[in-house]
Amino acid sequence: MSVTNQDVKKVARLARIALPEDQVEPMTDELNNILNWIEQLGEVDVEGVEPMTSVVETSLPMREDVVTDGGIQDKVLANAPKSEDGFFVVPKVVE
Amino acid sequence: MTDRTSYIIEGDTGDWEVVIGMEVHAQVATNSKLFSGAPTKFGADPNCNVSLVDAAMPGMLPVINRGCVEQAVRTGLGLNAKINLWSRFDRKNYFYPDLPQGYQISQFQYPIVGEGEIEVEAEDGYSFIVGIERLHLEQDAGKSIHDLDPNATYVDLNRSGVALMEIVSKPDIRSPGEAAAYLKKLRAIVVALGSSDGDMEKGNLRADVNVSVCKVGNYAKFKETGDFGFLGTRREIKNMNSFRFIQQAIEFEARDQVEKIERGDKVDQETILFDTTTGETRSMRSKEDAHDYRYFPDPDLLPLEIDQAWVDEIRASLPELPDQKKQRFMDDYGLKAYDAAVLAADYDKADYFEAVAKGRDGKMAVNWVANELFGRLNKEDLTIAESPVSAKHLGELLDLIKSGEISGKIAKTVFEKVWDGQGAPAAIVEKEGLKQVSDTGAIEKIVDDIIAANPAQVEQVQAQKAEGHAKPKALGWFVGQVMKASQGKANPQAVNEILKAKLDL
Repeated sequence: MSVTNQDVKKVARLARIALPEDQVEPMTDELNNILNWIEQLGEVDVEGVEPMTSVVETSLPMREDVVTDGGIQDKVLANAPKSEDGFFVVPKVVE
Repeated sequence: MTDRTSYIIEGDTGDWEVVIGMEVHAQVATNSKLFSGAPTKFGADPNCNVSLVDAAMPGMLPVINRGCVEQAVRTGLGLNAKINLWSRFDRKNYFYPDLPQGYQISQFQYPIVGEGEIEVEAEDGYSFIVGIERLHLEQDAGKSIHDLDPNATYVDLNRSGVALMEIVSKPDIRSPGEAAAYLKKLRAIVVALGSSDGDMEKGNLRADVNVSVCKVGNYAKFKETGDFGFLGTRREIKNMNSFRFIQQAIEFEARDQVEKIERGDKVDQETILFDTTTGETRSMRSKEDAHDYRYFPDPDLLPLEIDQAWVDEIRASLPELPDQKKQRFMDDYGLKAYDAAVLAADYDKADYFEAVAKGRDGKMAVNWVANELFGRLNKEDLTIAESPVSAKHLGELLDLIKSGEISGKIAKTVFEKVWDGQGAPAAIVEKEGLKQVSDTGAIEKIVDDIIAANPAQVEQVQAQKAEGHAKPKALGWFVGQVMKASQGKANPQAVNEILKAKLDL
């Protein structure tokens, strides 16, 4: 499996990562190296083996349905570059 | 029961049919959020129902709420669906200011609930089956407010991380009316189960509606083969939370698609919005890669495993569901399927009906509750909770009719007076002297007077009798006159008997 420059540009755009034109080619090469390296795993016979979702052999712990958090508006907004009347304020988003 | 009718759109090239599937988002009724301990309560100040998990602060980890899982299972059972004891959470990646994580935690490949089906009653009096494809748990996003500032968007994360159940139907819905009926039924089920409050005005229940059109006959081929190639390209109308607008939007969209296809234009698979002011649908997102969500298993969460014993326990605790209530109303009160279904779909109405019908004649009760009361409430735009006539008073009124104290006709007058707040039915009857006159002496007196004053009518009755009519038509005229003379209070049965005797019939 390998990726093209086109794929790399698309993924960068979807992930909102700015990728200057002169870095596309090196990035594609780098990613393909990684993919080729991982490709080696294809040699392992996994016939009849369930895909693994997690490396820990345990199921998801659950918490009870009680309110234990919230009411910390000041903390939630502490790192916001801009806030007003308890809201985050961000550049206008128009659909 | 009427047959299922086809919804046909007449085009220039022939007749088209519409195919609809729905994705319904219902807010799960719990105290706290899906993956954090922040409250779900509506109406708090902005960002007050937010934990650092919901705000996606670095290093925060999600812990699942058992209550949300239980509600999802409960709903799955109510939809007669398969409960998956093993399911998994995935990340759905996209960027928007009200989604601080940059992804929504959802279930893509392995949902907690699999296939099921429900029976839906259409307005026209027939019922149909809608297959459920799946139900999965996911996080809601926050709220963006665009009109507080011309140059900025305000973001409130109170809703961020609240649990939603997304219920996906199969493309089994075939008309705008059926789409509304399906949503009503689904709403009735989740409300009965207590798994969602179903409050559409608050957006706690909203639907994305997938609409496509195909030439008549192609849907049958799709059902037969399972080949989606027989169906047209679908467009998805987002975020509908009104039964009326859902129908309008589908009507417009289906016709628009037919026109597009017949013009030779392509229908693109895309997300659209319904503009309630123009009554038209319009494209929402144009970027071709907007739907590339790059799902992958959420590494912060282990697979969700539940055991059968817990599912059985939840099943045993299920309340009476609308379909069971409907069946019971039919069995216990002798209601027709349609009447029973309408009542059972709305628990407030069902409770009211039961309070009136218990220990009384079920058919008489449904007649008064569904026709008189609901008709009147509709006209005045009141809910059942706001009814000026209580179930207790309506029951009392029925008792007065049953015991023969008042006639059905007088009962309507009494009903009006109770509606106007004049007190209890028995008291009104007493006070206004509306009691039915069963005293034969009094009725005989009126009958004698009328017979004496109308020799021509008497002759007519006799002539009709001579012609061999067992029930001469002119008798009806006499009944009317006697009732009028008694101001409607004479017992109609007694009037009939006395008239027959006096007129020698």
